[in-house]
Amino acid sequence: MAPPAQSHRSPSPSQPSGKSEVSDLKSQLRQFAGSRAPGVDDSKRELFKKVISFMTIGIDMSSVFGEMVMCSVTPDIVLKKMCYLYVGNYAKVNPDLALLTINFLQRDCKDEDPMIRGLALRSLCSLRVANLVEYLVGPLGSGLKDNNSYVRTVAVMGVLKLYHISASTCVDADFPSVLKHLLLNDPDTQVVANCLSALQEIWSSEATNSEEASRDRETLLSKPVVYYLLNRIKEFSEWAQCLVLELVSKYVPSDSSEIFDIMNLLEDRLQHANGAVVLATTKLFLQLTLSMTDVHQQVYERIKAPLLTLVSSGSPEQSYAVLSHLHLLVMRAPFIFASDYKHFYCQYNEPSYVKKLKLEMLTAVANESNTYEIVTELCEYAANVDIPIARESIRAVGKIALQQYDVNAIVDRLLQFLEMEKDYVTAEVLVLVKDLLRKYPQWSHDCIAVVGNISSKNIQEPKAKAALIWMLGEYSQDMQDAPYILESVIENWDDEHSAEVRLHLLTAVMKCFFKRPPETQKALGAALAAGIADFHQDVHDRALFYYRLLQHNVTVAEHVVNPPKQAVSVFADTQSSEVKDRIFDEFNSLSVVYQKPSYMFTDKEHRGPFEFSDELGNLSIGTESADTGVPGHRVEANDKDLLLSTSEKEETRVPTNSGAYSAPSYDSALVSIAAPQPQSDLLSINTLAPVIASQSGFAIDDLLGLGVSETPAPAPAPSPPPLKLNPKAALEPSMFQQKWRQLPISLSQEYSMSPQGVGALTTPQVLLQHMQNNSIQCIASGGQSPNFKFFFFAQKAEESSTFLVECKISTANSKAEIKIKADDQSASQEFSSLFQSALSKFGSP
Amino acid sequence: MISQFFVLSQRGDNIVFRDYRGEVKKETAEIFFRKVKFWKEDGQEEAPPVFNVDGVNYFHVKVVGLLFVATTRVNVSPSLVLELLQRIARVIKDYLGVLNEDSLRRNFVLVYELLDEVIDFGYVQTTSTEVLKSYVFNEPIVVEGSHLSPLGPAGLFMQGTKRMPGTAVTKSVVANDPGGRKREEIFVDIIEKISITFSSSGYILTSEIDGTIQMKSYLTGNPEIRLALNDDLSIGRGGGSVYDYRSSLGSGAVILDDCNFHESVRLDSFEADKTLTLVPPDGEFPVMNYRMTQEFKPPFRINALIEEAGALKAEVILKVYAEFPSNISANTIVVQMPLPNYTMRASFELEPGAVAQNCWGIRTYTTSQANIFTRITWYGDVIGLNRAALNISLGGNITKESGPVSMTFTIPMYNASKLQVTNPHKGNVYSTTELPIEVKYLQIAKKSGTYNPYRWVRYVTLANSYVARL
Repeated sequence: MAPPAQSHRSPSPSQPSGKSEVSDLKSQLRQFAGSRAPGVDDSKRELFKKVISFMTIGIDMSSVFGEMVMCSVTPDIVLKKMCYLYVGNYAKVNPDLALLTINFLQRDCKDEDPMIRGLALRSLCSLRVANLVEYLVGPLGSGLKDNNSYVRTVAVMGVLKLYHISASTCVDADFPSVLKHLLLNDPDTQVVANCLSALQEIWSSEATNSEEASRDRETLLSKPVVYYLLNRIKEFSEWAQCLVLELVSKYVPSDSSEIFDIMNLLEDRLQHANGAVVLATTKLFLQLTLSMTDVHQQVYERIKAPLLTLVSSGSPEQSYAVLSHLHLLVMRAPFIFASDYKHFYCQYNEPSYVKKLKLEMLTAVANESNTYEIVTELCEYAANVDIPIARESIRAVGKIALQQYDVNAIVDRLLQFLEMEKDYVTAEVLVLVKDLLRKYPQWSHDCIAVVGNISSKNIQEPKAKAALIWMLGEYSQDMQDAPYILESVIENWDDEHSAEVRLHLLTAVMKCFFKRPPETQKALGAALAAGIADFHQDVHDRALFYYRLLQHNVTVAEHVVNPPKQAVSVFADTQSSEVKDRIFDEFNSLSVVYQKPSYMFTDKEHRGPFEFSDELGNLSIGTESADTGVPGHRVEANDKDLLLSTSEKEETRVPTNSGAYSAPSYDSALVSIAAPQPQSDLLSINTLAPVIASQSGFAIDDLLGLGVSETPAPAPAPSPPPLKLNPKAALEPSMFQQKWRQLPISLSQEYSMSPQGVGALTTPQVLLQHMQNNSIQCIASGGQSPNFKFFFFAQKAEESSTFLVECKISTANSKAEIKIKADDQSASQEFSSLFQSALSKFGSP
Repeated sequence: MISQFFVLSQRGDNIVFRDYRGEVKKETAEIFFRKVKFWKEDGQEEAPPVFNVDGVNYFHVKVVGLLFVATTRVNVSPSLVLELLQRIARVIKDYLGVLNEDSLRRNFVLVYELLDEVIDFGYVQTTSTEVLKSYVFNEPIVVEGSHLSPLGPAGLFMQGTKRMPGTAVTKSVVANDPGGRKREEIFVDIIEKISITFSSSGYILTSEIDGTIQMKSYLTGNPEIRLALNDDLSIGRGGGSVYDYRSSLGSGAVILDDCNFHESVRLDSFEADKTLTLVPPDGEFPVMNYRMTQEFKPPFRINALIEEAGALKAEVILKVYAEFPSNISANTIVVQMPLPNYTMRASFELEPGAVAQNCWGIRTYTTSQANIFTRITWYGDVIGLNRAALNISLGGNITKESGPVSMTFTIPMYNASKLQVTNPHKGNVYSTTELPIEVKYLQIAKKSGTYNPYRWVRYVTLANSYVARL
């Protein structure tokens, strides 16, 4: 390893100067190795320090391994510690040398001083050398029984280390069950906490191939264990408390009084100065009360003040972590925080990552009563010296306007921003005005008057320029100069580097042409010529498409390019609610900070404590060892689907739909195609919509030019065997809840009920019996005539893949609305037909 | 659970590097530093405290210019890790007395020793300075701290009054005083940070006090301590409060919006007589954090006015009123105002007769930074009036593009919230009777009649975000 650059100059003992110094050290160490003369320890200390400081800055010091070990025979604990540190660092890469240390470490493990016993044991376990594990078992075994708690805490972690070096050795020595015993019986809480961490890790990784381990892991969530830990919670260190709280948040209490007991017990944890404890408690409270709407709401009220205090008391980094969670809560329940909006005002000295979060929160909590104040405040930030924040603020104002509060005044404010004549302000405002016009076309007159005065030459940012061009095209009849401005932009076609702008230019000049043909004809010709010659594929294609469309029939072209439009009522959210729910389930984790569920940034084995709960769902269902993987993978595949463009999704789904065209999925496809790219494709898609409305999902793809139906279907799916349900399926209510939360809706449909069925449905119970005969079990039901609500579940006969169904039946209009969630989503269509046929037979003799 | 912990200097050198689990490659420090240094994501220029590169999560906090970093692949609780990093910095500071690059480098062996005990295989074991004492054997090498920037708000006391025992903030919990005898003393600091926003017409738009009662104990044998706060203190505003705060309407009662407490604090008699009972562990820790949005009298009022005086000239009139008693002094005051970037020149004028004392210090400005920059020491009860003439090139909207005026300051022995720690022992407790605060009591369970440790109760108020809009 190359010595680092001479970057620091300090009188500290470390100033490496290459190999000679290392060999120097080596010989000096050798000198002292055997010596027991007085004062030698001090010299050794100095040498050891040098070695470690070299090690820190990345110089390879493994060549002095032998000498270090020889020198370590000493009663001096400081020396010992340095030696342990060194050995721990290099043992893994020098397994042969590591063997040298075993001897003296084993001896130290039997030292009289518990301190030394502990240290030696820790170092022994930290060697990370696979062929030395046999030497670990003995010392670990006695360490776990040591009468000193320090040694026991070290030993427990040692077991975990051993597990990572050699899982089989650890399990064969039966260490997990020793830990389990300690967990419930050790007087020292740190030992207990370490047992908990170690067992969670060991059992979670064992659970994939051993049922026993997965059962063991479940016992951690059993009532006795949870209560035992909760009752001692105040004896635990603050860090261990977090561990316990995290565990308890996965516990499912049997009834509401249990929930209240737990919450009352932990109420004072919300006043803890350590933010980690408060957030862990918050998570627990939120999870416990998920099914109790009123109490859940109260929890929000209760945690507001402590979280705000944490935000303002810690370092900026700590506040950021807390604020991210607050952000999540605000997004979920903006109305609860609506009166606290002032807490989200930005302070001028805050780091921009904090400000950005606050701006989003301000946007979210804006409602009728506080919009004026919030927008006034945001307008102050628009002049901020911090340009990214100024931009964000303007965007925030726009978003609030799109939320429909007090639009009038906000549009005025936005237009005032233009007077600032700062490029970035103008750019942001243009983009916003465009969005506003799409939603509120009635404002076009005011906006157009102002926007018309902006010279396109002053606008550099592609997004802003595209917005301006869009407006020029859209409102060309109201803007005197529109054709000429467009013409001048087209003249500089080659200078326009952004494809986005060029695409918009094509569309805008087309629209302009339909409204004011004589003035635009020349420009249109120039644009199409330039577009067809364009090197960018999309621009080229669009130009060619327009060209041929015009050739074909000008009226049709107008219908396609510039049809009458409806105002956009709701802009698509960038995150689906499923993703948001997942993030909420992973409260108090990085998912919240990144605003992504963990599968998007972590590989499977590192998802931390949350994976634990994910898999739990599959465990109690039964004996499927082969199938446990399936639901998990399905979820993952589905998650990825969210990222795929919808046309691809449609493509993959078609074969499994067995040809049946289903209205809901078609709708969702259309909406989401339009949503992610409102800019470039909205116009054309909107126009396509009426054309294809009567056709199947294939047609969408086809018209978009993806040509799916022409290409041979990718690898025809093997036709699935007919679905059979297990007549004796069983599912815990808690498991049902958990799954219902985790799984995405794979199908939602509406059936008509037969008149006999409606007639027979006098109480929920009669339907339950009927469905049960069809192997569909009910887990909860309620309601009174005419509205009933049921939760059903069913399992496949041959494997324990589960279907969950929410079914709302209204006898008033003979409609049954169902939502299906399934472990194996490919089968949900089939299950749906089964369900429907079962339902349709209801009431018939 | 974390994988690695390391401390980087401002230049990116590894000062301390500890790999706990060997799951993450060794080059993380370099990857991290490059990422932070050249951060350009989400249109921002400052790296957030948590980010992910290739599946590795990096957490960092900045303490006295050093970067304390942890890495992990696991989806852990971010606040746990960030809190831990902050706590590790505090533990190290407790041991070394002064935390800075130099002291860390000199004591890195001690730091490794601490790190070994604080975290085992990525799991936190303890962060209590007290508990760690029995596991840690290296003696700190004391670094002269006088010219170094101290850690944390307590360091402020060193700048202000000379009466403050400055050594205390830089004393290691394990080191003895010269002479070998350990001085029995305890420090209680009430530190309040004010955030306030004045409208252009001088009204208060938002105001908040964030306070901390910080304790640092050098008492042997850990005696129990009782800390009595104002009688009229109450907690909770608006609905849901269990406390009755009617009494606050008339008198100047202190109503905290919310607060939280350190582990060791027992609140048995808090509701009855506003007394916190605790056995203080060694080292520095916050006894209580609180937050208050109740109206209070701001120490400074700022009134700023900008007007165009001709086509190419504008005038800023800045009035700052110091509204605290004249025996109290504020220091390290800086008033800043960003100016439009087309400002050519700025000059200053002090309104004649506005301030009699010699209180305006250095006045500088730079057009490149576009800031009016004034540094002064200020005694209470005075008005500073400043007129700045700006020569600007072509217009724009000067009001929209300059400002807001911001101010930073420190006022020792003053607290805006009127929260008090009270103490009947007149003896060697430092206090000034003229202050709005009055010490009630800080009681130490006595071991013997002669046991009378030094008790220091200190207040300081500082500006967090002190802003006046134009």
